[in-house]
Amino acid sequence: MKYMDEFRDRRLVTTLARQIHGEAGRPVRIMEVCGTHTMAIFRHGIRAMLPEEIELVSGPGCPVCVTPSGVIDGFLDLARRPEIIITTFGDMLRVPGSGTGPGNSLAGARSEGADVRIVYSPMDALTLARQEPDREVVFIAVGFETTTPTIAATILAADELQVENFSVFPAVKTMGPPLKALMRDPEVRVDGLLCPGHVSIIAGADSFRFLAREYGLACAVAGFEPTDILLAITVLLRQIDSGTPTVDNCYGRAVTMEGNRKARQITEKVFTPVDSEWRGMGLIPKSGLGLRDQYKQFDITSRLNLTIPPSREPGGCRCGDILRSICSPPDCPLFGRACTPASPIGPCMVSSEGTCAAWHKYNNPEALT
Amino acid sequence: MTGYITLDHGAGGLASQKLIGSLFLKHLKNPILGRMEDGAVFDPGEGRTAFTTDSYVVDPIFFPGGTIGELAVNGTINDLAMCGAEPRALSLALIIEEGFGIAELERIIKAIADSADHAGVPVLTGDTKVVPRGKADKIFINTSGIGMVGDGIRMGADRIRAGDVLLLSGTLADHGITIMTSRAGLTVDGNLQSDTRPLHFLSRKILTEAPESIHAMRDPTRGGLGTVLAELATTTNLCMEVEEENIPMRGEVRAACELMGLDPLYLANEGKCVVIAAPEQAASVLGAMQATEAGRQAAIIGKVTEKYPGRVILHTVSGGKRLVEPLSGEPLPRIC
Amino acid sequence: MCLAIPMRVVEIQGGKDPLLDPERAIVDADGLRKEVRLDLVDRRPQVGDYLIIHAGFAINCLDAENAEINLALMRELAEEMAREDGETP
Repeated sequence: MKYMDEFRDRRLVTTLARQIHGEAGRPVRIMEVCGTHTMAIFRHGIRAMLPEEIELVSGPGCPVCVTPSGVIDGFLDLARRPEIIITTFGDMLRVPGSGTGPGNSLAGARSEGADVRIVYSPMDALTLARQEPDREVVFIAVGFETTTPTIAATILAADELQVENFSVFPAVKTMGPPLKALMRDPEVRVDGLLCPGHVSIIAGADSFRFLAREYGLACAVAGFEPTDILLAITVLLRQIDSGTPTVDNCYGRAVTMEGNRKARQITEKVFTPVDSEWRGMGLIPKSGLGLRDQYKQFDITSRLNLTIPPSREPGGCRCGDILRSICSPPDCPLFGRACTPASPIGPCMVSSEGTCAAWHKYNNPEALT
Repeated sequence: MTGYITLDHGAGGLASQKLIGSLFLKHLKNPILGRMEDGAVFDPGEGRTAFTTDSYVVDPIFFPGGTIGELAVNGTINDLAMCGAEPRALSLALIIEEGFGIAELERIIKAIADSADHAGVPVLTGDTKVVPRGKADKIFINTSGIGMVGDGIRMGADRIRAGDVLLLSGTLADHGITIMTSRAGLTVDGNLQSDTRPLHFLSRKILTEAPESIHAMRDPTRGGLGTVLAELATTTNLCMEVEEENIPMRGEVRAACELMGLDPLYLANEGKCVVIAAPEQAASVLGAMQATEAGRQAAIIGKVTEKYPGRVILHTVSGGKRLVEPLSGEPLPRIC
Repeated sequence: MCLAIPMRVVEIQGGKDPLLDPERAIVDADGLRKEVRLDLVDRRPQVGDYLIIHAGFAINCLDAENAEINLALMRELAEEMAREDGETP
């Protein structure tokens, strides 16, 4: 596949890995804040290519992981209503709510008779609504800056086409506020940030500049192929070594400094910042997005006057600490024991991109050393 | 034929007889089945008897490249082929939901008949039941198969040794990605189709030419290649090492996997097999596979070692390596 | 939260009416073709352009020149290292 395979080339990867080995000095801690980065790193076996001095930790970049259990309970309550068709990205299907028992996820609700369908695009949900005028089609709107414009564009289309049986359950968030909160947290110690490449397409590489300026954090916008990630790590090492934190765009083929203004305008037309709860991090002001008044009819929680149940964190689960990069999955007492991909307790294990799931699937340090 | 299946069709009376005569026997033409005795009596030939059963509940029942009918025939034939058996006969049991369209049923029966004919394996006995609306999802099919294993053939996980070679008979994940794109309502063009086909011609060829060098065979259906190799690794306590670069894949299938965030190692294959062979004969086994229609794109994809006992290691295209664990739960498309 | 892949534009369809028939692109990757929405890109892509596709939408055009330069730099580095190792590049 063009513009993918070349960036996976073995020779180039080996070259960059060697360069990193040559330049690595004192121990550094680099955070990746994008579940897609977590997956890419594990999928290509990149951790094993890096010298010991470089520690990669995970931040809150998994939109499924950071959705509070109360909100998931809200999805499930809605799913059980017979007039509702729930449409969702596949990622959300097996995330458990705060309850127990087989019906405690959208997949479980489906096997108990709820109409839950996986869609590839929010636009597919709108198309479905037009095909099923007697049912209410609700799209579970979870995601970050990359995905939110696609949801906004779909709502605008629904509005223009006057589709009355389409709505969303808004649970989208933005990356800036939690990153700020993380950098302010005295327990978190991070030297560099692997900035999410596709969020940056929308938000612009410049949107991370405040982290370098105000917190001295080295930042590099990285793509998702092995050479992209290794190049960004190299650049971060150099920034850290020379003590000159800035934002380097290492994904220039897709990302610009100012980002995609049109996509942001579409998002801003439909959505407005609201306070939002993040699993393991609590309430972060203005870190979520809600529908503006003129589009409130597309917010199912508003239309049906739904109250979101309060969140109950599972006992012993350290998802929150894992998301704040305070610890790794093996540090959680439940990891690999009570909490496995087959029987997940916290969303970090359920989501296919969750830190714990990826760690469990792809990484076993004893096996590969 | 038109109309819908009613409970009467499964009751054994006139409606059943009419359905059997005008639909089943019309397409499934063989004298033993035609006799409609309670059981089929036949001579299966020489050797040890192999016996297998499988049920097919796939959704959707019609998909690009086939139907539940072909899966039901080829799937059971392939289980026999993986035992080293020559498939000799199939049974066919249907559980049909009341209200299922007769035209759709005929399409499935015709598909069963065509694949059985193509494979040269007859359906000798059958049964039909109809359940009330809602008690089954359209149609469930069970096929059982009897085959005969020749004397010289001795395959099994216990024959696998360190140094053995892993061969894959063709392109990976074709069936699974076709079903997943259909389930996720992903409209794509690009000739994604199921790879459903019988593998006994291939297994016959390689087992005839070099029976001692074929140590084991498996078909990576549900759970995919990753799960099958993980099971073998656990059973043998050896290491399955796979070169990602050497796994044959169709371009469109790879692109669809990337688009949907699916790992091809965990997607189903319905017309492929993994062959574990002695290293000295690897080249000739490969040649024999490639000389068959089912194995045109066969490739050596890895080897068995003792490096990480009980594990499957993937050497990635970019030069890294990672563990391949058995699949937990169904694969799901991702956006994140 | 960022699964997106580059795909090549093979056809632009629609455009007769922004509401009922908005412009869409048919994009291709190794023979797999998909129709995608263009609501989020600010310039009309040409056939042969590469778009980054996420959730059925094009979210940006790929800068092919930048990609080629980046690859060329990495290849140069690889050759340099090979020379230092005493290999023939």
